[in-house]
Amino acid sequence: MTMTPAIKIEQVTKDFGALKALKGIDLSIEQGEFFALLGPNGAGKSTLINLLAGLLRPSSGKLSVMGYDVVSQYAQARQLLGVVPQELVFDPFFNVREMLRFQAGYFGRGPENDAWVDEVIESLGLTDKAHVNMRRLSGGMKRRALIAQALAHKPPVIVLDEPTAGVDVELRQTMWAFIQRLNREGHTIILTTHYLEEAEVLCSRVAMMKSGQIVALDTTANLLKHIPGKQLRVTMAPGSVLPVVIAALVRHRDGDIYTFGLTDVTQVADVLAELRQAQLVFTDMQLLEADLEDVFVDMVGRA
Amino acid sequence: MSSLISARMRGPWTLFKKELLRFWRVSFQTVAAPVMTALLYLLIFSHVLDKHVQVYDGVGYTAFLIPGLIMMSVLQNAFANSSSSLIQSKVMGSIIFVMLTPLSYLEFFLAFLAASIIRGLVVGLCIYLVAIIFIDLPIAHPGFILAFAFLGSALLGAFGIIAGIWADKFDQMAAFQNFIIMPLSFLSGVFYSIHSLPPVWQTVSHFNPFFYMIDGFRYGFFGQGDISPALSLLVVGISFLLLSWLALRMLKSGYKLRG
Ligand SMILES: Nc1ncnc2c1ncn2[C@@H]1O[C@H](COP(=O)(O)OP(=O)(O)OP(=O)(O)O)[C@@H](O)[C@H]1O
Ligand SMILES: [Mg+2]
Repeated sequence: MTMTPAIKIEQVTKDFGALKALKGIDLSIEQGEFFALLGPNGAGKSTLINLLAGLLRPSSGKLSVMGYDVVSQYAQARQLLGVVPQELVFDPFFNVREMLRFQAGYFGRGPENDAWVDEVIESLGLTDKAHVNMRRLSGGMKRRALIAQALAHKPPVIVLDEPTAGVDVELRQTMWAFIQRLNREGHTIILTTHYLEEAEVLCSRVAMMKSGQIVALDTTANLLKHIPGKQLRVTMAPGSVLPVVIAALVRHRDGDIYTFGLTDVTQVADVLAELRQAQLVFTDMQLLEADLEDVFVDMVGRA
Repeated sequence: MSSLISARMRGPWTLFKKELLRFWRVSFQTVAAPVMTALLYLLIFSHVLDKHVQVYDGVGYTAFLIPGLIMMSVLQNAFANSSSSLIQSKVMGSIIFVMLTPLSYLEFFLAFLAASIIRGLVVGLCIYLVAIIFIDLPIAHPGFILAFAFLGSALLGAFGIIAGIWADKFDQMAAFQNFIIMPLSFLSGVFYSIHSLPPVWQTVSHFNPFFYMIDGFRYGFFGQGDISPALSLLVVGISFLLLSWLALRMLKSGYKLRG
């Protein structure tokens, strides 16, 4: 028996006039996944999310949430979806608790849901601010309220578009702890972020987008394998010219700081031997683990 | 109260409640201010004209003026409610909180419409209650009074929804107010009977839907008007259906709301 995917995106394109913001996206996200959508500014992440949320309509292709088409069965699809928009929007007429109750109410939730609303308020550190008008909240607090609003009806599929932008370290931790708990309880989580270490720690699977296309899609573990396991960072004396043999191994150069990608730790000795043979002097040396950022820079740079 | 609402109805009911609270929270500006404006008109025009003008037999000018002012305020405020709520939430971006929900376009329409009707009726009722402290006002046909107040505020509430969806900026909305709503309401016979106008302007007035609403509403008080109240009711009813149809079409297509 196969479970209905939480999100299914088939052959989706989106044009804004002449601009092709999405150029044929295919993506399926299983129920219970913790999934990251990465990519540089303008890659099309928010556009894809807005299509899922029904805020935009696809130029072609189909999207569904838990098996419900987001266009033809929009009521069911939206009922199951909670979206944290990237833009910091708020309704200046109401306080935090009122907004959350309204938001739950739009989804048909009544007083029986109030305990959950209070739990969300508590878990996101908004208890002190529950009676404060949205207008009077600081930027980070507005962001928390925005996240809380997406969770108010306890949706099984939660999409967070850069939820940690402008948020302090403490909240990032409490927020991710809460989201991770929801994930353990079976909620599907999809997030976009520019903090790659967040995606690396939290997400089991990652899609990387660039210019409206998915350029890499794999488990976080496999993507990290793509990149040679270790990296050697060497700071050379100014003006050094590397021997051709090892120059081929350089993945990244920043002035006189060269980063070599290695498939094997034994290569460290080879690199050092070559340097010595060419009589080149280096002032510093570090051995590093590859992280998602390397994959990202690699994939996005290449595609 | 809310426990009596079924889960199916709770979505639109919540939106309606939120729209009511939105204007009620700032009722000084949304209710007290328009009541004050209407009373100022009443004070000034009645002072200047009461001795000189008699529109209907046995009806003083001040009495004649009151239903027109009430209706004008009902219409303007019904329009202001839906249009300003929509343009504000569009400019602020908070409209997406509603767009993300399973609410249908019809539920969206009805919630905004109902809140507009309530705002219009509340303002109208307040003006009426203050006015009758000073002036005797007969009530010949309460049914017509209620029907025109209700349909009129619904018509302008629907028009406000259209304007709110269409406008992208506050100044476009101000243009709607200044170049459509204000002229139509001032040239509708609030301050005069159209029979006192030259024939050309009488004809022109018949193309103004505000004229029918004001005349029919006034008929409810005095039992006299410029034209038959049944005809007015028909015109207002048909106009309401046309604007509602247009508003629903815009909402269904996602015009300006879902790109
Ligand atoms: N409503 C719109 N009208 C026209 N162009 C748009 C619209 N929304 C997005 N775009 C364009 O589509 C492309 C993708 O934008 P999108 O917001 O999806 O990027 P993103 O991956 O979310 O970027 P970021 O990391 O900056 O949030 C960009 O070139 C953007 O300018
Ligand atoms: Mg974005």
